[in-house]
Amino acid sequence: MTTDVYVEAARAGLRRKSLTAYGIMAAIVAYLVYIFFAFQIPQLLRNVDADNARILVADSYSHKVHVTRDNRDASVEVSIEGERKGRYPTGEAPEWVTLGQTTIIDLEDGHVVSFGPEEIRYDIPGYGLVTARPGADGVNATLPSGDVPEWINASKNRLAITTEAGRLTITRNRTEVFRYFGGWELFWFTLDSPYHGLGPIALASAALSGEAGAIWQDFWHNDMWRHADVAWAIFETILMAFLGTFGAAIIALPLAFMAARNFTPFGPLRFAVRRLFDFVRGVDGLIWTIILSRAFGPGPMTGALAILLTDAGSFGKLFSETLENVDSKQIEGVASTGAKPMQRYRFGVIPQVSPVFLSQILYSFESSTRSATIIGAITGGGIGLLLTQAIITQKDWEEVSYYIVLIVIMVILMDWFSGMLRRKLIQGDASGH
Amino acid sequence: MALADTASQSNPTVSEAYLAMVRQKRIFGGILLAIFVALMVGGFLVAQERNAGDFIPGLPQVLDFPAAVVAEAWENRAQLPGFIVQFFPSLIETINIAAVSTLIGGLAAIILSLFSTRGLALFPRMIPVVRRFMDVLRAIPEIVIALVLIFLLGGGPVPAMIAIALHTAGALGKLFSEINENAALGPVEGLASVGANWTQRMLLGVVPQVAPNYLSYALLRFEVNIRASAILGFVGAGGIGYDLRNTITFGTGKFDEAAAIFILLFATIVTFDQLSSVVRNRLTHGRAL
Repeated sequence: MTTDVYVEAARAGLRRKSLTAYGIMAAIVAYLVYIFFAFQIPQLLRNVDADNARILVADSYSHKVHVTRDNRDASVEVSIEGERKGRYPTGEAPEWVTLGQTTIIDLEDGHVVSFGPEEIRYDIPGYGLVTARPGADGVNATLPSGDVPEWINASKNRLAITTEAGRLTITRNRTEVFRYFGGWELFWFTLDSPYHGLGPIALASAALSGEAGAIWQDFWHNDMWRHADVAWAIFETILMAFLGTFGAAIIALPLAFMAARNFTPFGPLRFAVRRLFDFVRGVDGLIWTIILSRAFGPGPMTGALAILLTDAGSFGKLFSETLENVDSKQIEGVASTGAKPMQRYRFGVIPQVSPVFLSQILYSFESSTRSATIIGAITGGGIGLLLTQAIITQKDWEEVSYYIVLIVIMVILMDWFSGMLRRKLIQGDASGH
Repeated sequence: MALADTASQSNPTVSEAYLAMVRQKRIFGGILLAIFVALMVGGFLVAQERNAGDFIPGLPQVLDFPAAVVAEAWENRAQLPGFIVQFFPSLIETINIAAVSTLIGGLAAIILSLFSTRGLALFPRMIPVVRRFMDVLRAIPEIVIALVLIFLLGGGPVPAMIAIALHTAGALGKLFSEINENAALGPVEGLASVGANWTQRMLLGVVPQVAPNYLSYALLRFEVNIRASAILGFVGAGGIGYDLRNTITFGTGKFDEAAAIFILLFATIVTFDQLSSVVRNRLTHGRAL
């Protein structure tokens, strides 16, 4: 009899619990469905630009070499990524391009394109020969008989052929061949450097024979990748985080004493300082950034000040909470030896709270590095600026991926560094003060 | 002083050694302080030199922009409620971005954390891999993913949502796995003894124990994500940040709208801060919600 009641009660409890669990799940699903339509995801999925995705992925780990023929005077030029900085000097070309009356471009695997004085020829294995005589009246392409495959896009004024070996585009004025290569182009040296194309062993021997300085100069001032500027930008980002975090700590420390109940018995002052902290934190970092960049203009100092203001608010709160939890016995002990108020702070309070404060500061130093990247993108300083600039061009994806790798390494290193210092502090504290 | 005298009389070498140590410590601390001050001052000067405007001349101008905004808003104060209503949908979008990315990121973080906790993980060998993966997720700033996704998907809330969700998964995953480590293993073993599989053990044995802690951290993250979502809007990912950029970069004449957005953003952040701290207090002090 009684056991039945208990069993029934237990069952009812379980039913209620499983009902709650299912209710939560249903609420989550309902919310996600609402978001699915509120964010117009069906429409978004239709508009995804697959070409952009392909360019982005391919470009981030590979590069292309352009062989360009000016159809009006039949002159040929070879350049890496089509950039002026990556152009081969006149009369020079990589070994797969044979310059001459007829320029022969070997795309490997049997794909050969030739730029004749009049005629462009592309012999595609397994398909046939495509010829074109571009001029003022159009491209004049001749394709093998049969249906035009989908990888060829032919019209009167334009012919585009995309194969796995490369890409050929002909318009009335220009003929271009792209050949793709793995890796980032000219990462170490640009073409005008005598060290371009040398292997690591040749470089090492050149460095040993007294050319180390010149090699470093050519690498560091590489026009394409601008290693010196990138290194400076990383430094600037870390500088913003450093100035912001530690500046905030210096400002927040005295204010935190005013906001702590046990150090400021005067209520209205405490209330005012606390509301000040809340206000600074509530006005978001974004708004501070906007206001400050109006006053100081774009640059790293503006970013540092924006981080300083936001961090000062959260430090003030954290510090004052820590101060309210200090052990009053140590202060009383110091006071009993006749210490004056300043000495009581110095010997009774600071030793107790300094490891905690430092650990909080270091913890937020790491997250400030990430904020500095974001704020830099808005105020124009550091690696954040370089990153947004590279993304806006919509073609330098190899640089974008390079910067992303650098940012990730930077943040992970800062994380590790601040973690190491914090562990040292805690251990140092445990071994006696 | 008298104490030190007696000490030095009784054992001069110990007291001398102690004072020498104190002196050394002071010198050491002084050097550290000097280096720190030099770094701060030098760093500040470098940053100022690279900045468009200097600190001292700019300082009086700090209040110019807020003053202009307030003045214009005050002039058109009759329209302010209208603007607040006008921008309210954008605010909802910003909050939605934060909420859905906290939700998705949090759910992913639960899975990641269960896979990276010693004693619970399904594949113990994979623990370091999952942990490094979470480190990378945490290290990539949201703005990086958002900007790349804006290129692929166009502007709008989805790039911001994905970017924040990825970051949240990494950040919460680490915290959750620290919570999991403190979970009692009794219920897990009990479930294992009645033949429950891994998913059942985790869902019924671990998650109920740690759910309040999960929720507490997720709420804290939600606060952070509202701010992040506003910032990402500013670089083109929809929501109230996007409106804010439009109203302040279109030059003069729209500051009254900017003021409305400032008010909305400030009120939202403060409201959610208060709300989540009330809920978190209840969660940590053991009272059922």
